[in-house]
Amino acid sequence: MSKKDIMGEIAKANSSVIKGVDKSEIKHWANIYIMGQRYEVPADLTIMQAMEYAGFRFIHSCGCRAGFCGACSTIYRLKGDYRLKTAMACQTRVEEGMFLVQLPFSPAVKPRWNIEKTGYEDGAFLAYFPEIARCVSCNTCTKACPQDLQVMDYIQAALRGDFKKVSELSFDCIQCGMCAVRCPAEIVHYHVAQFGREMYGRYGYPRNAVLDKRVSDIKKGVYDKEFKDLVKKNKDELVKIYKDQLANKDKFIKGG
Amino acid sequence: MKKIGYYPGCTLKTKAKIFEKTALYTAEKLGYEFIELPNWNCCGAVFSLSSDDLIHHLAPIRNLVRVQDMKEGAFLSEETLVTLCSMCFNTLKRANIRYKNSAEDRSKIKNIMDTESAYQGNVSVLHFLELFKSIEPGSVKLKRKLKGLKVFVYYGCTLLRPKEASLDDAEAPVILERYVETFGAEALSTPFSRLCCGSYQTVNAREKVVELAYKILTSAIESGADAVITACPLCFFNLKDIQNEICAAYPDFKGIPVAYFTELSAYALGMDPGEWDEEPGFIKTALAQTGEKKIKR
Repeated sequence: MSKKDIMGEIAKANSSVIKGVDKSEIKHWANIYIMGQRYEVPADLTIMQAMEYAGFRFIHSCGCRAGFCGACSTIYRLKGDYRLKTAMACQTRVEEGMFLVQLPFSPAVKPRWNIEKTGYEDGAFLAYFPEIARCVSCNTCTKACPQDLQVMDYIQAALRGDFKKVSELSFDCIQCGMCAVRCPAEIVHYHVAQFGREMYGRYGYPRNAVLDKRVSDIKKGVYDKEFKDLVKKNKDELVKIYKDQLANKDKFIKGG
Repeated sequence: MKKIGYYPGCTLKTKAKIFEKTALYTAEKLGYEFIELPNWNCCGAVFSLSSDDLIHHLAPIRNLVRVQDMKEGAFLSEETLVTLCSMCFNTLKRANIRYKNSAEDRSKIKNIMDTESAYQGNVSVLHFLELFKSIEPGSVKLKRKLKGLKVFVYYGCTLLRPKEASLDDAEAPVILERYVETFGAEALSTPFSRLCCGSYQTVNAREKVVELAYKILTSAIESGADAVITACPLCFFNLKDIQNEICAAYPDFKGIPVAYFTELSAYALGMDPGEWDEEPGFIKTALAQTGEKKIKR
């Protein structure tokens, strides 16, 4: 596909943004219910796009629109299904018969912790989050997680003070709070996970020797002269230095 | 080496690390590779004992589902789960029995677990001791001699009761005695070997536990034992860690070393005593009896 064709495709895909939706071009429609009110929307939209199509304007519960920030938590149910499901509105396509509720935020409690004053010990999780001992392993949190994390498993790891496992299993958490909202034991999983990652990063994760050396060099002033010289240079000199470095990239990388 | 599913439980990862360390050492020396379940959850502790409380059975059953998954993925030689803590053993085994025997409970549990894989009911839950019950005493090559060391075996409750979950004859068990003899020491037992230590009452009625522990340990001392062994981290706490409280309540009480049964086997098989955070009392006695003065480190 030529460059011109690609641009044409992109323009076509975004035409609804520029010109508004041409209803005659939409082949598939879906009925969704927003706060109990029915709306007919193009079936290929995400929940967030569909709500905007229906006339809602997000002044809250909408952040990155890319599945990273965790702001657009949605609870929904499908017609004929008893399960309450969870999703990120920006990442989930509408389905026929969706009953939608946007969750502005999860008002879960967050204890204050100070990792410098907390011992890297088995009992640290329980000291800040005694409610994790109430986990009955029902796994509801795991089923609620829109990131498909093994939430219950990291709470179980927290119970036995396994900081590494908590960090690894919770790494992709976007803190949407669905786990905490659904938990029958009132556990605040995502805060437990954040505490675990901070502690593991501070005490458990192996130090990077290269980074330590570079930080200590900077503190010793090894690069001070070079920095001082650099800020005195004019634009042309800086461009020349930059280009020289690019041309000798390998040398700089090898030199560490 | 035979690959076998291994369930440690919380206490072995926190308060009873030496129990796990010595057990893994023993198992390896005797030809077993223990594969710890990658994502195990709580065994269910003792909550699952109430009959209408099926939600607490999800924990043990899910652990068994994971053994099933591991066997399917060929990570294990058989659908067997071995555990060490007697509380975990009891909970896992009883939940397993209940799941197998009650169609109604089975269907309720499946319904609650919903989209998770269903447990087929084929996993056998074994206690560590059961793995070695058919080993002939002479067939194990021992590095250290424990000859003359008299060991009082303490079963407690959860290895033996209820009857259907017992790892041996619930009234007249011999499995711990045989284990002790396999590793070259002399086993002693009295009816107090099977008396409850007071268990969780240690939290809210410590004086009852002190009384029970006094009776059990006095029975051990009177039988002529040099040390007491147990398989339960809670019994271990009640019998060992509160001995100073027993001394305070019963001035005639002299005290006796308490160890996990795996400490005995790991020591006999040659584990470096430097591996212990605190050298168990039986080692000192064993050294005195064999005439060895110092352990080579």
